[in-house]
Amino acid sequence: MTTSPLLDATGVAKNYGAVAALRNASLSVLPGEVHALMGANGAGKSTLVKILTGAISANAGRILIRGEARDIRSPAAARRAGLLPVYQEPSLIPDLDVLSNLRLTGTPVEPFRAWVRELGIADLDLRDSARDIPLAVLRVLDLARALAVEPDVLLLDEMTAALPANLAEKVLEVVRRQGDAGRAVIFISHRFVEIAALCDRATVLRDGETVGVVDIVPGVEEEIVELMLGTRIEKAKVAARSVSEKAASAPARPRITVKNLRVGIKLSDVSFDLADGEVAGVVALEGQGQDELFAALAGSIRPSGGTIEVDGQAVKFSHPIDAIRSGIAYVPGDRSEALAMQRSVRENIALPFSAALRNWGPIHMRKERATVQSAIQRLQIDTRAQGEVQRLSGGNQQKVTIARWIAADARTILCFDPTRGIDVGTKQEIYKLLRELAGHGKSVLFYTSELEEVQRVCDRVIVIFGGRLVDIFRVEEADESALMRAAYGLPRGAKADIGILADPQSPSSGTTP
Amino acid sequence: MSTSAITPVPLGRRLKRFMADRPLVPLIILLVILVVILQILRPGIVNERWIANTIKFAIPLAILAGCQTMTMLTGGIDLSVGTVATMSAFIMATQIVSQDPAVAFLLAMMPAVLIGLVNGIGVGVFRVHPLIMTLGTSLIGTGCLQVYQRTVIASGAKIPDFLAWLGTGVTYGFPNALLLFVPLAALIVFTLARTGFGRLLYAVGDNERATRLSGVQYWQVITALYVTSSMLAGITGLLYIGLIKAPSLSLAEPLVLPSVAAAVIGGTSIFGGRGGYTGTIIGALILTVLTTLLTILQMPEGARRILFGLIVLFVTAAYLRIVEER
Repeated sequence: MTTSPLLDATGVAKNYGAVAALRNASLSVLPGEVHALMGANGAGKSTLVKILTGAISANAGRILIRGEARDIRSPAAARRAGLLPVYQEPSLIPDLDVLSNLRLTGTPVEPFRAWVRELGIADLDLRDSARDIPLAVLRVLDLARALAVEPDVLLLDEMTAALPANLAEKVLEVVRRQGDAGRAVIFISHRFVEIAALCDRATVLRDGETVGVVDIVPGVEEEIVELMLGTRIEKAKVAARSVSEKAASAPARPRITVKNLRVGIKLSDVSFDLADGEVAGVVALEGQGQDELFAALAGSIRPSGGTIEVDGQAVKFSHPIDAIRSGIAYVPGDRSEALAMQRSVRENIALPFSAALRNWGPIHMRKERATVQSAIQRLQIDTRAQGEVQRLSGGNQQKVTIARWIAADARTILCFDPTRGIDVGTKQEIYKLLRELAGHGKSVLFYTSELEEVQRVCDRVIVIFGGRLVDIFRVEEADESALMRAAYGLPRGAKADIGILADPQSPSSGTTP
Repeated sequence: MSTSAITPVPLGRRLKRFMADRPLVPLIILLVILVVILQILRPGIVNERWIANTIKFAIPLAILAGCQTMTMLTGGIDLSVGTVATMSAFIMATQIVSQDPAVAFLLAMMPAVLIGLVNGIGVGVFRVHPLIMTLGTSLIGTGCLQVYQRTVIASGAKIPDFLAWLGTGVTYGFPNALLLFVPLAALIVFTLARTGFGRLLYAVGDNERATRLSGVQYWQVITALYVTSSMLAGITGLLYIGLIKAPSLSLAEPLVLPSVAAAVIGGTSIFGGRGGYTGTIIGALILTVLTTLLTILQMPEGARRILFGLIVLFVTAAYLRIVEER
């Protein structure tokens, strides 16, 4: 190409302590193009975006804008350089009306109005406070606000998520035309259909490195999936796994049956069952409704439709205690959500014991010590700093959250991304533990953001995409790239054609070109 | 370098570590220092009688500070304790004239239970901030008491002999109030350390979400807590009227803020999750001795208050620096 890039970032690296979030990322965007930025969870997409928009600063690397080296130290600097992001979370201040929000960022009002109309919202009152505006419209307003200042490079993070089909279509149309007008758009999305319809090229990140830049042509999906996965060595499955194989394959009455479960707009029509003695893996990209699924099963939120049956009995959970009484325990992904950080390991493990009113009396200390001790040993928690949980390492903290339910002998454990941000050794221990639990007839529902874990731990795989259950299959039937394709809503091999989002003609994708 | 491993830890660091592990030690040291200062300023003042007197006055404060300790552990506060104590004291003193002591006692405890229940439901179910909730019920209680006062104005008031004995009496050099306080304090300490309810108070204050995920129903804990707190305040009122012997509509009101201060000085965090009752008891003793100290300095009232406030702030800040690591 003869045209010089609008934005050219090379060798960008960012370390958080010993962890490298980005090693060697590069991204080059030409004028007039819509450029997709892709990568699996944790590949470093959001870190790169934050660096480009000045939210954090890089440890190394060079960023050229229109051929000039720029040091983007703050969001304001990025703005001056012509780089404007639209993030996933709405950025208008809820307590101010739209007009005041515009004034706050010095956005010209008339162009904003024009863009809002262009984007398909006819009746916006600028005097409405942002709080009263629905989420989907807020996202469109964010986009209009960015467009109104005519940035050279527009950064859109999952722009079409949470948008109804008609708005999404308008948004994609406008984004397309941005490219035609000689400006550039960086488009972050998990949806291949959109990317195929919209983008010219894609940069693929893996483990903090740019591993490829591809032109978007029909059939490029496979190449992108391969790039995202890399050439990974087929890893041996955990040894304990084969032990429970038989127990899992025995036809058992389902422990939990979920039918047509619906939670607001985030999750709809999800049905599956979970048997005793199995680990079922949930495969989903971030924010596809898995959070809501787990919360509904744990009794944290009330589903808006559908039924949950435990051991054949329909149940309604209005508080986590109801789920716990049915033997369902929830281990959240965020450890700070599950632990009383200033209390001891022992008190944290024993916490569910005191929950019920009848257990508010004197604690049988010796019995409690024995129960807690056996759970600690089972999980091999390092108890040198047991006085306060906050002094433990992340891995040990995670073990405490699981140990609590081992001690309480829960029959079903819902594990939401339990290995996030913990060391490899502890991860292995957790895999082994989950297999052991299944071997002892417990059932585990396991969501993980790392696909390789699915193959190590799970018996069956449940794929959720866009709030819908798109596929269920036994883990042997899919390798990692098939899982990755499934997670992105692409058909799993030739034999599967059930994934509705794999069909570009489907109305729910809302992106029919 | 391997030699750095055997370098002895500096004395200051070691002392700090020692105190951080035993948070009561610096408090006791402070208490002793205050008593010594008092003895230097007024040689001979510290005797058996003075000690009994100090303890007598520290006990009501310590019980109310116990209410604050328990509510503060959950991240709350109970500002209605003063009103509740006053109400139970006032009702006791007026009802004893015409009623059987047991009936008078039950009548006196009724507003305590009621206010505690309203506080608990307001904070636990409707999620009103405890500061506002208890301040509100406190004002309502004071108003009701004023109305009540008009209806009993003719009947007069007296202090039951038993309460006077309990409040002011001394047996073999020990204040009789200890008969009430020692079991009560033991019960609070035991509850906080060794019962499910106590565990939940700490856990709820530390991370409410985590307790919810563990099956704890917040409103139950909070309601039980505020009812307990209010009942303790009611009992304090009965003890206090035996000590002061002059029923008034603002009897225990001056104790409210010192009760918060005693809990804070004693190492309980107002943000919840950490603290304990033993520290609070010493905190109450420190405040009582401090008050005596400032009284004998014969300063004007204004200066005395300023000094009191400054010392409380200084002690709290210093204590947190000593006890907290990093």
